[in-house]
Amino acid sequence: MHGLAAAYYLAANHGITDVAVLDKSYIGSGGSGRNTAIVRSNYLTPEGVAFYDRSVKLYEALSATLNFNVMFSQHGHMTLAHNDSSLRTMRWRAEVNKLQGIESEVIDEREVNRLVPQLDVSPHARYPILGALYHAPGGIIRHDAVVWGYARGADAAGVHIHQNTEVTGIDVSRGKVTGVVTNRGRIATGTVLNATAGWSSTVADLAGVPLPIETFPLQAAVTEPVRPFLHTVIVSGSLHVYVSQTDRGELVFGASVDPFGSYSTRGSLEFIEGLAGHVLELMPSLSKMRLLRQWAGLCDMTPDFSPIMGFTPVDGFLVDVGWGTYGFKAGPVSGEAMAECIATARTPAIIDAFGLDRFEAGELVGEKGAASVGH
Amino acid sequence: MILLPCPWCGPRNVGEFRYVGETVSRPDPAATTPEEWRRYLYMRRNPRGMLREGWYHTMGCRRYVTVDRDTATNAAGGQP
Ligand SMILES: Cc1cc2nc3c(=O)[nH]c(=O)nc-3n(C[C@H](O)[C@H](O)[C@H](O)COP(=O)(O)OP(=O)(O)OC[C@H]3O[C@@H](n4cnc5c(N)ncnc54)[C@H](O)[C@@H]3O)c2cc1C
Ligand SMILES: [Zn+2]
Repeated sequence: MHGLAAAYYLAANHGITDVAVLDKSYIGSGGSGRNTAIVRSNYLTPEGVAFYDRSVKLYEALSATLNFNVMFSQHGHMTLAHNDSSLRTMRWRAEVNKLQGIESEVIDEREVNRLVPQLDVSPHARYPILGALYHAPGGIIRHDAVVWGYARGADAAGVHIHQNTEVTGIDVSRGKVTGVVTNRGRIATGTVLNATAGWSSTVADLAGVPLPIETFPLQAAVTEPVRPFLHTVIVSGSLHVYVSQTDRGELVFGASVDPFGSYSTRGSLEFIEGLAGHVLELMPSLSKMRLLRQWAGLCDMTPDFSPIMGFTPVDGFLVDVGWGTYGFKAGPVSGEAMAECIATARTPAIIDAFGLDRFEAGELVGEKGAASVGH
Repeated sequence: MILLPCPWCGPRNVGEFRYVGETVSRPDPAATTPEEWRRYLYMRRNPRGMLREGWYHTMGCRRYVTVDRDTATNAAGGQP
């Protein structure tokens, strides 16, 4: 989706249409078709908040912009606190958010209970619920529609989309990109944007650019549909689990990444057992629900739970990677910023903090507190 | 089930181990530059294929082991 969004904004905002989007499989076959579609902006660092807020704004207008219904349900996002230290970080987050004009507040367990009566707020729970960070504009979206909408918009503007086209080489001559080699032929170009998420190290290797990225699988699961009862996304950092209900009525469950790095997208029984146990601690009344499916996608994890965007030491080779478990919500703003980067050959202020050079400079961003489970 | 070969305990379920990560060589702290040190801290090969990596056998011998694993399939062969 990041690649398609960048192509769309190159055409729409800058009139650049000699653009090809290459995917080794079908569009949306990566994380963009596998994520749990949570969109929010209540991050912890000012850079993060400003960035994700812009994305939420773009998402709010996206159905109209693309003339394609992306079914953005801003029904709220609630992160539970099970101990004093998480409450403390939530107050901090709420204040950082409010300062930047984001609706975000700490609520107590009575308010949690009022919003979601199914949650066990008794003090005897193994992980008692002391309160929550509530973010009203957060919610879920139809992820496939976002991918298709950007693809349709880009295609209509003259961008070429090549599916089943794998990049197998990047030609670099005297420190500058000159072309891309694929399994279906070569394309001469001076500019390549690497937006391949879980595979981004393998593609950056082709250009000789090392990345501070490790690829981890992230699993999720979905139940049979039931009548709508859950009108907010619920996240528990301590229990490593989150729950939402789709417009079709299915409950979608997610968690943290698998305990070890891998490029395999095979699901595991350990995951589903742990997940079910944790969901039931939060909502005992779900014990009769049946799971329909589980799946995994690949996440490109960075040391500071923040993306890497912009120029690299190889002239003409740009990255939009390190999206880990939280990159779907950032697709619109990343596309917009990367398009500006390419069109103007300058780094826009909104992504200034996310450059590849921050690692050697020792200037990490530090979003772990707000991004490790909550995506 | 994914099996990791522990040189002391034999092949064991991956769930018994804690992941340490890709093996990286540590520069001499006395002779290195801040940039080189940060490359050691953050940069990874992250290959799709064979990777030499560290694991800790938490629920077994409680020793660190080195494993060669194919990250595309999770098939592993090992040595001490
Ligand atoms: C289970 C799960 C839940 C998630 N939940 C959320 C969430 O709730 N909210 C959120 O914001 N984010 C979430 N994420 C993260 C999010 O899905 C990703 O960060 C985001 O989709 C990345 O988008 P992308 O376009 O950069 O990459 P992708 O959608 O992964 O696309 C990368 C594409 O690159 C292609 N590719 C790879 N190698 C090559 C090559 N050599 N040549 C050509 N093409 C290649 C792949 O085929 C793929 O289609 C979740 C991820 C997972 C797996
Ligand atoms: Zn052992």
